[in-house]
Amino acid sequence: MTETAPDTAPDLSRMTTLSGWGRTAPSAAYLVAVDVDTVADTVSMAQKASDRGALARGLGRSYGDAAQNGGGVVMRLDGVADAVVIDDVAHTMRVGAGVSVDDLLRVIVPRGYFMPVTAGTRFITIGGAIASDIHGKNHHGEGSFGNHVIEISLLLADGSVAVISPTVRPDLFWATIGGMGLTGVILECVIRVLPIETSRCIVDTMRADDLDHILAEMEEGDDRYRYAVAWIDLMAKGRHLGRSILSRGDHARLDQLSDSARRAPREYHAGLIASVPPIVPVSAMNRASIRVFNELWFRKAPKLRNNEIQSIPEYFHPLDMIGAWNRMYGPHGFVQYQILVPYGEERALRVVIERLASSGAASFVTVLKRFGAANPAPLSFPAPGWTLTLDIPAGTRGLSSMLHELDHVVLDAGGRHYMAKDSHTTPAAIRRGYPRLAEWQAVRNSVDPDGVWQSDLGRRLGLID
Amino acid sequence: MQNSFGEPQTVLLLGGTSDIGLAIVRRLVTPTLQRVVLACRNPADAAAAVADLAVGGVTVTAVGFDAVDSAGHSAFVDDIVEQVGDLDVVVIAFGVLGEQADFDDDPGAAARAVTVNYTGAVSIGLAVAKQLRKQGHGHLVVLSSVAGERVRASNFVYGSSKAGLDGFAQGLGDSLEGSGASVLVVRPGFVHSSMTEGMKATPFASTPEGVAEVTVKALRSGRRTAWAPGILRYVFMILRHLPGPVFRRLPLG
Repeated sequence: MTETAPDTAPDLSRMTTLSGWGRTAPSAAYLVAVDVDTVADTVSMAQKASDRGALARGLGRSYGDAAQNGGGVVMRLDGVADAVVIDDVAHTMRVGAGVSVDDLLRVIVPRGYFMPVTAGTRFITIGGAIASDIHGKNHHGEGSFGNHVIEISLLLADGSVAVISPTVRPDLFWATIGGMGLTGVILECVIRVLPIETSRCIVDTMRADDLDHILAEMEEGDDRYRYAVAWIDLMAKGRHLGRSILSRGDHARLDQLSDSARRAPREYHAGLIASVPPIVPVSAMNRASIRVFNELWFRKAPKLRNNEIQSIPEYFHPLDMIGAWNRMYGPHGFVQYQILVPYGEERALRVVIERLASSGAASFVTVLKRFGAANPAPLSFPAPGWTLTLDIPAGTRGLSSMLHELDHVVLDAGGRHYMAKDSHTTPAAIRRGYPRLAEWQAVRNSVDPDGVWQSDLGRRLGLID
Repeated sequence: MQNSFGEPQTVLLLGGTSDIGLAIVRRLVTPTLQRVVLACRNPADAAAAVADLAVGGVTVTAVGFDAVDSAGHSAFVDDIVEQVGDLDVVVIAFGVLGEQADFDDDPGAAARAVTVNYTGAVSIGLAVAKQLRKQGHGHLVVLSSVAGERVRASNFVYGSSKAGLDGFAQGLGDSLEGSGASVLVVRPGFVHSSMTEGMKATPFASTPEGVAEVTVKALRSGRRTAWAPGILRYVFMILRHLPGPVFRRLPLG
């Protein structure tokens, strides 16, 4: 899967093969670099060229086919982080949708601000964060990204730009939050920023020996922290099933830093320590390597350690330190399975974890997180409940049919799938998991009656006709 | 759009009553599969297969398809796409075997067989490829035969039509490079099926299910050619290079 840099001039003669971060199910599209001035013309060109429509693509970090549009036009909107306008009184910023969080943090952290919500990677764009309504370790208290969006400038199918907010055209605003880019092209937005005293985090870590222990600890204690997430060792079975490392924290205050750190309290460096080469002929991620890693990772964690100072990259984006780590999974790529199970349905959560653990499916990164209240967006993923996230090599034997079976467990419990991660499930599963899908479709059809905005995911999951 | 495990949502089988074709479709049945179209000369002939496949929420339809109506093939594909949307996997499984002795007596019958096996596959193959290129994804599976790998005296009309088809399919696959679409050429040996009923099996014979297993595995791993069974690849690597006098003396049935 090669993703070359987009051409500077719109070129609808050459196709580029695109895939998601999981490197599965690619399709070819006309990839075009656009800016806010050229995007409307490109969309109108796309409409004339074929009936395959157009779609904005950020940094391609959604795992499946959310940012693919086979046979159609895919646009990469440029963005300049330095152009961000921060309102130091209201604690908001106006930022282009094509700007990456990686670039943005380099600008805003030294100025004393942080993203209101940050995902597990900083290699995403603001537009993508809105379209997927991403969540982070603070969802239990502060909601998802959409909760912090004040205003969106949205390029509509008819070529006009709508400025929308929770009070101006709220239907379209909330259909765009979590709308997977299928309501228009997000050009710019105003979002809240979080004032921080320092660029460090203060972290409490503890080990839990089994699933009951971790669930109880999270239920009891997460609300005392701004950020909380647990890493589960899915290779552990029997009485160790669900053994976990719970990591919770907040931004460190100035008075919590050491004297030396206090001299440059908002210093921010984010770099790579290594990169995976372009061709990995076989997967380095197999049961043996993942078991060893998980064992070491679990043993490395302290039984209990409080008030550890970590940098933002260390705490929020540990995987970003390895460039292109998705290549580790070799030619078959990998799938991420992220589901929600409502509170009160912990039995279903346990079934999912037990089945995955006993199947021998090797998950390298398994994360458990508690969600807080949902926002009004009809396709937003988070809702009160537990969310479990696994990365599994796509070549794992029997994995697909097991996931189809687990889908039933999740849906029967009133749960659902996170579309930004999905590359596997069915239209029926999405209809069940998102009972307000028809409401979203009505809003989409009202602003895009001819179906200009299209994606592989939209077609695959039946979001669009 | 297929999912990340290569499970298709929509399958079109050209040659909707072919034992091998139907075995491939059955192997592609997963909870992901939504729509199957069986295309054959007389849709009523596919009624049993429709009933067999239409379980678990899969919509199966049988449609009329005439392999020799090359002029109508583009419109045929457009109609199917209009009904079912993007085509994830298309299988070209139609073909006639015939008896070499009959062809020797009736050259017209030989030409008609070649028209089905080769000409018809060329026009429908190109029409399908155009659609796959347009949608930026999808797999075309072409059932070739080892008979085309080195054509034997005992069935050289059939063998030569498969030789032509095989070359066409390989070239088509190469021409689709970079389009997101791909072609898989499957080369079975002798297959126990209704097409070969009463015939004496040659060594390394397989079954429709065996061919289907090989085909789906090759689809999932993105290969361009598959042999069924796999050992035939090596057998024909040798046969292909045997000098004529030696080859002609082999008891190849």
